[in-house]
Amino acid sequence: MRQGTTVYLYELAWILPSVAIPVGMLVALLVTAFGAGVHLPGREGRVDPTRVSETAPFDRPGVVELAPGRYEARIVAEVWAFTPNEIRVPAGSTVTFVVTSKDVVHGFLIHGANVNVMVLPGQVARATGRFNKPGEYPFLCHEYCGIAHHTMWGRVIVEASR
Amino acid sequence: MNDNRLTAAYVTVALVALFGGVVTGLLQAIEHAGLIFPPLTPVIQSYYHSLSLHGVLNVLVFTTFFICGFLQFIMARALGIPLASPRLAWFTFWLMAGGLILAAIPLVGNAATVLFTFYPPMKAHWAFYVGLTLVVVGTWLVTLNLTLTYRAWRARNPQTRTPLAAFMSLVTFVMWTIASLGIAAEMLFMLIPWSLGLISGTDALLARVLFWFTGHPIVYFWLLPAYVSWYTLVPRQAGGKLFSDPLARTSFILFLILSIPIGIHHQFTDPGIEEGWKLLHAFLTFAVFFPSLLTFFNVVASLESGARARGGKGWVAWFGKLPWGDPSLAAQVLAMLLFTFGGVGGLINASFNLNLVVHNTAWIPGHLHLTVGTAVTLSFMGITYWLVPYLAGRPLWSRRLGLTQVWLWFGGMIIFSNALHRLGLMGMPRRTMIGASAYLQPEWKAALPLVGIGGTILFVSGMLYFLNLVLTLAASRGPAPAVPEFAEALSGPEHAPAILDRWRPWLALTFVLILIAYGPTLVRLAATTPFNAPGLRVW
Repeated sequence: MRQGTTVYLYELAWILPSVAIPVGMLVALLVTAFGAGVHLPGREGRVDPTRVSETAPFDRPGVVELAPGRYEARIVAEVWAFTPNEIRVPAGSTVTFVVTSKDVVHGFLIHGANVNVMVLPGQVARATGRFNKPGEYPFLCHEYCGIAHHTMWGRVIVEASR
Repeated sequence: MNDNRLTAAYVTVALVALFGGVVTGLLQAIEHAGLIFPPLTPVIQSYYHSLSLHGVLNVLVFTTFFICGFLQFIMARALGIPLASPRLAWFTFWLMAGGLILAAIPLVGNAATVLFTFYPPMKAHWAFYVGLTLVVVGTWLVTLNLTLTYRAWRARNPQTRTPLAAFMSLVTFVMWTIASLGIAAEMLFMLIPWSLGLISGTDALLARVLFWFTGHPIVYFWLLPAYVSWYTLVPRQAGGKLFSDPLARTSFILFLILSIPIGIHHQFTDPGIEEGWKLLHAFLTFAVFFPSLLTFFNVVASLESGARARGGKGWVAWFGKLPWGDPSLAAQVLAMLLFTFGGVGGLINASFNLNLVVHNTAWIPGHLHLTVGTAVTLSFMGITYWLVPYLAGRPLWSRRLGLTQVWLWFGGMIIFSNALHRLGLMGMPRRTMIGASAYLQPEWKAALPLVGIGGTILFVSGMLYFLNLVLTLAASRGPAPAVPEFAEALSGPEHAPAILDRWRPWLALTFVLILIAYGPTLVRLAATTPFNAPGLRVW
C-alpha cells in the first residue's frame, strides 16, 4: 500500500503542471487574439466558382483605396496564376486581400505580413496585412494545386512614401 | 498460430509500402537540395506523383496495415484467447488488400496525383476513392472482431479488470472507427458518386471539414499503437515495470474522448468557418495535450525503474543505464526523445493565431516527420525488431546493423526536420517543387541542402533496415527470440477505479463533445452547400 501512495504523490506532482502548461498557453493565445487583435479568417460569404468573373468584386480584380493608407486587393486564383500578380501600395499601408478560386483549392501566403489564408473555390477569403517597410513581398500559393503549383505566385511592391 | 500468420500478412504489406515510401522520400529530399529531379519515367512521372506515392504509402498504407496486424496480435496475447473469428479476420485482410490494389492502380498510373489529402475539386480516378474506402471498411471489421473477442473474454471473466494492452488496443480501434465516419461520409456522399459521374459538382469546404474530422484523430490512430508498446512492452524490455496502470488507462480514455472534436485546428486559415468554432477546437486541442503529458511522465518513470534496477543512479545519469544494445528498445526510446519536440511543435500549430506563421509552410512536414515519421515509424521499426524474427521463427540477422540503422534515423531526422522547421519559419511553402519554383528566396538556400543530407541519411537508414529484415528471412539461423512479456505495474490495475473499465459513459461523452464541436458547422454546411464546383485533373 505504501508503494501505491508514493506513486499517487508522484502522479499528482506531475498532473498539476500538466494542467498549468496548456492553461497558460491558452491565456497567452486569448491575450494575442483579443488584446492584440491577431485574428483568423472567418465567414465572408460564398461565390459560385463557375461565375467568378461575373461576380463582384472579382469581376474587376485589382487594388482599390478605401481610405488614406487603407487598400483592398481583389485577387482571383486559378491554375496556375493570381490575377493580378503585382500590387503596388505605399509604405505604411494596410491591405485587405479578398481572394477566391475559380477551380481547385489554392493558398495565399505573404511571409512576414501575417497573411496566411486558404483559397477555396466557393468561398471568399479575406486577410489583412500591414506593410511598413518598402520592398518586395512575394505572395505564394501554398496549397498543392497541380503540376505547375510551384510557379504560382505574385508580388506586393511596397513603395517608399513620398 | 493462425493469428501469427494473419499478423505476418499485414506486416508484410505494411513493410512493402514503407519501402516505396522511403524510396520516394529520397527523391523529394534531393529535389529540395537543388539536385535535378531524376529523369521522369513511367513509374514516377513528376515530383507531385512521387509526393503522392510517398504520402499515401507511408501514412495511409504502412501505418494502417501495420496497426491492424500488430494490435490484433497484441489483443489475442493480452487476453490469452484467439481472435473471435479467424474467418472474419482473413476476410478483412483480403478486403483491405483488394482495396489497396484497387487504389494503387490509379495511384501508380499517375491518375490519382492528389496527395494523401485528396482535396476536391482536384479529381482522381474513382478507383482511388473506392479502394481507400474499402481499406477503411476493413478497419471497421477489425474493430468488430476485436470487440467480439473482448466480449468472449468478458463473458468468462466478469469480474477481472481488462488487461491493459487489450484495453488500449480496443480503445485505439473504437476511437478510430468513430473518427473515420468523417472520411467515410466524404467518400460515400461526395467523392465516389462525383468521380463516377453520378453527381456533377462538389464543394471544397465541406470536403475539407469531413476530411479533417478524420484527419486529426488519424494521427492518434497511428500514435496509440506505439503507446501500447511504450506502456505495456517497453518497461519490461528496459528491465523495469510500468509506473502506473491507472494513469495509463486514464490517458487512453482521454484520447478516446478528445482525439476527435479538434480537427478544425487544421483549418484555422480556412474561410467559411467562424472564428469561435476555431477557438473551441484550439481549446480542446490543448486539452488533448494533457493525456500526452501523462504518457510522457508514465513512460519515462517506467524507463527509470528499469534503468535503476540495472544499477542506474542520479537524476539524469540513469538514462545511460538503459539496455541501449537492444535495437528494439533503442529505437523506441529515441522515438520518444524526438517526439518531445514533435509535441511542442504540435502545440504551436494548435495555437490559433500563431498558426498563421506556420500553416502550410515547410514547418508542417518538419513536424509530421517528428511525429508520424519518427515517434510512430521508428517505434514500429523497433517493434518489428522482435516481431519479425518471432514470426519468421529465427533470430534477427544483426543487432549491430539494427542499432546503426536506429541511430542513423535519429540523426538524419534531426538534420532533416530541423531544416524544414527553419525553412517554414522563413515562409517556404510545403508540398512544393521548391528547386523549380519561380520564387526561390536567397535566405532559404543555406538550409535547403540540409533537407537533402538529412533525407539521404534517412534513406540509408531505411535501406539498412530492410536489408536486416531480408537477411533475417533469408540467411539467419538459430532459435527465434521470445515475444517480450507484458510489463507488470508498480501501481497495478487493482488501484484503478472500476469506472475506468466501463465503456458507455466514455462513449457517451465522446459523442456529446463531437456534437458540440462539429454539430452546428456540419449541419449548416450540409444544409447550405450548393455542390457547384466541377472536378479537374490538374497534373
